[in-house]
Amino acid sequence: MAIREILSDDSSKYDFKDSTDTYVYRGKKGLSIEIVEEISRRKNEPEWLTKFRLQSYAHFLKRPMPNWGGNLSRVDFDEIYYYAKPSDKAEKTWEEVPENIRNTFDRLGIPEAEKKFLAGVGAQYESEVVYHSLAKDLEEKGVLFLDPDTALREHPDIFRKYFATIIPPEDNKFAALNSAVFSGGSFIYVPKGVKVEMPLQAYFRINAQNIGQFERTLIIADEGSEVHYIEGCTAPVYSSESLHSAVVELIAMKGAHLRYTTIQNWSKDVYNLVTKRAYAYENANVEWIDANIGSSLTMKYPSIYLLGRGAKAETISVAYAGRGQHQDAGAKMVHLAPDTTSRITSKSVSKDGGRTSYRGQLHVGKGASNVKSYVRCDALLLDEESKTDTYPYIEVGEDSATITHEATVGKIGEDQIFYLMSRGLTEVDAFNMIVMGFLEPFTKELPMVYAVEMNRLLQLEMEGAIG
Amino acid sequence: MTSYLQIQDLHVSVEGKQILKGLDLNIQQGEIHALMGPNGSGKSTLANTLMGHPRYMIEKGNILLNGESLLDLSADKRARKGLFLAFQYPVTVSGLSVSSFLRNAYNAVRQNGQGEKKKPPSYLEFKRVLNEKLKLLEMDETFINRYLNEGFSGGEKKRAEILQLAMLKPSIAILDETDSGLDIDALRVVADGINKLAGKELGIAIITHYQRILRYIQPHHVHVMVDGRIVRSGGSELARDLEEKGYGWIKENK
Repeated sequence: MAIREILSDDSSKYDFKDSTDTYVYRGKKGLSIEIVEEISRRKNEPEWLTKFRLQSYAHFLKRPMPNWGGNLSRVDFDEIYYYAKPSDKAEKTWEEVPENIRNTFDRLGIPEAEKKFLAGVGAQYESEVVYHSLAKDLEEKGVLFLDPDTALREHPDIFRKYFATIIPPEDNKFAALNSAVFSGGSFIYVPKGVKVEMPLQAYFRINAQNIGQFERTLIIADEGSEVHYIEGCTAPVYSSESLHSAVVELIAMKGAHLRYTTIQNWSKDVYNLVTKRAYAYENANVEWIDANIGSSLTMKYPSIYLLGRGAKAETISVAYAGRGQHQDAGAKMVHLAPDTTSRITSKSVSKDGGRTSYRGQLHVGKGASNVKSYVRCDALLLDEESKTDTYPYIEVGEDSATITHEATVGKIGEDQIFYLMSRGLTEVDAFNMIVMGFLEPFTKELPMVYAVEMNRLLQLEMEGAIG
Repeated sequence: MTSYLQIQDLHVSVEGKQILKGLDLNIQQGEIHALMGPNGSGKSTLANTLMGHPRYMIEKGNILLNGESLLDLSADKRARKGLFLAFQYPVTVSGLSVSSFLRNAYNAVRQNGQGEKKKPPSYLEFKRVLNEKLKLLEMDETFINRYLNEGFSGGEKKRAEILQLAMLKPSIAILDETDSGLDIDALRVVADGINKLAGKELGIAIITHYQRILRYIQPHHVHVMVDGRIVRSGGSELARDLEEKGYGWIKENK
């Protein structure tokens, strides 16, 4: 079962490393104009895209490091490999994927999950997508689920029309970096009225040390369509840092329903600095379901721009921070049309000195009348040394808006534990049930197998929480 | 074998303050005891101590279930040995559904902690028993989908406690102020539930400040607690005397 492995209850299961000897190509360490050009050349990209990359790189150089959020002082851009190509191309059957890489994904259970409950799978290893498939009936309906290189080659018009329109390179330093060196990711187009019933899943794996993974995802749900995309991420443990800096752009046209679920379980030496943004047009519905369990530092604030009347937006997130981890996560809702609604539910758990921060922005523009927005942040601290903070930013330009913001910080009480224990449950079980209950608003949104395994993972993370 | 709970010369302090000062009581499976007393007499301390709340320090004395001391056992182990406490103020556990909680508890009390693990009953078996108890207590099925005690009215909380009692089938149950905070209709419903569960399989100690629940539940024994001790024991007529004369009468005559 894929998700069992992604969220393995035995962390050594994904702490394995493959040899890099068989890689088709690996660039030099560090970043330069040459490296950017080399990536573009190896991908046979059109001139406009090479130019786009170089301009992005120039912007990246100009842009200072963010001085808010988490501590980025240990990110050393010169120590990172920006491009590593493990195989020749994205294969359509697992048999064609090079054996050592196929073995990796076998160990992670991806092919098995694909057979059981997924409509399509993309598997990325280092910088490139090594496997991509989509159920036949969806292909026939015109659904596209491709890696960006293939999408650009086979569907250049639609790719160029939407690419980087939601998140321009100038958005922030890491968006600029991604725009310069991006490789891999997913491109999805769902035609008008097509409903993709089973989820599409992408799986991201970092294997080698000091690798930067810069995938780029663009999802377009055309009018009245429906799609659910799930991404999972793992990496083995090294003593030096890896960098994961993705850009994800979503477009939900009139009446479309787009759900994007992330279960991020990077090893605890990965910097996870990700820009995610969605546009929701008239009566569209966009949902970010976002779990951050791994990584050393995550800075991620999925945002939704409500651009058409009646659009709906929801973000439900979970952050777990153990020793040495900082999860600086949140959500942004930008209401630019009337009768739009948004809801943010943020749940965080900190343990062993881990730190969680909720950073959220709510913006209601002039003319966006009758906006309703509800924000709820709940933090749970499992011990005295752990930390949590909340940074809500609210700007409301319309009197008719109804805004609710609630925040709580809690600890597990002796009386709660005693109550459950008095019913025969062990202290550990009681403790786990309280934490799982706390996270239930999130887990109930996951497909069943994911929810079960996510609970297992968290239970593992919390082992020894009772002193 | 008939289960029995023995409380012997129990001295208990909470945060350095002496509350129970030598309490003796025996409860047998099949018996209904009412433990009455004014505020501050130590009734809730007794209830929490019996179940093993870590805040209550036993200075002296013993608690035995079927001749075996419970003092070194944590609350979960006591529960697995057949002891139950219906709480005066049941706590809320957000996100934990009543059914999921009951399923876990139902399986947990079947593990006696000695030797091999018993295979938990199947979900269908559990569901069958749960539906039976819901019906017995005239509770709506949707109740079990709610989060444990979250947004429950006073009456619902107490009924949820009785449902747990019904599911876990202890041999001895302590009901701590199960009548408090209930209007007369809710009280009747809760008392009805207790009467349905009473019988030779269950020993009950009803802890109460007021006599009114005893209009619906007929105790075999009534004990009056004052200042950390039982000062008088008798039959159900003692409860009536108390209602007429108040606790002052006992205090004066002790």
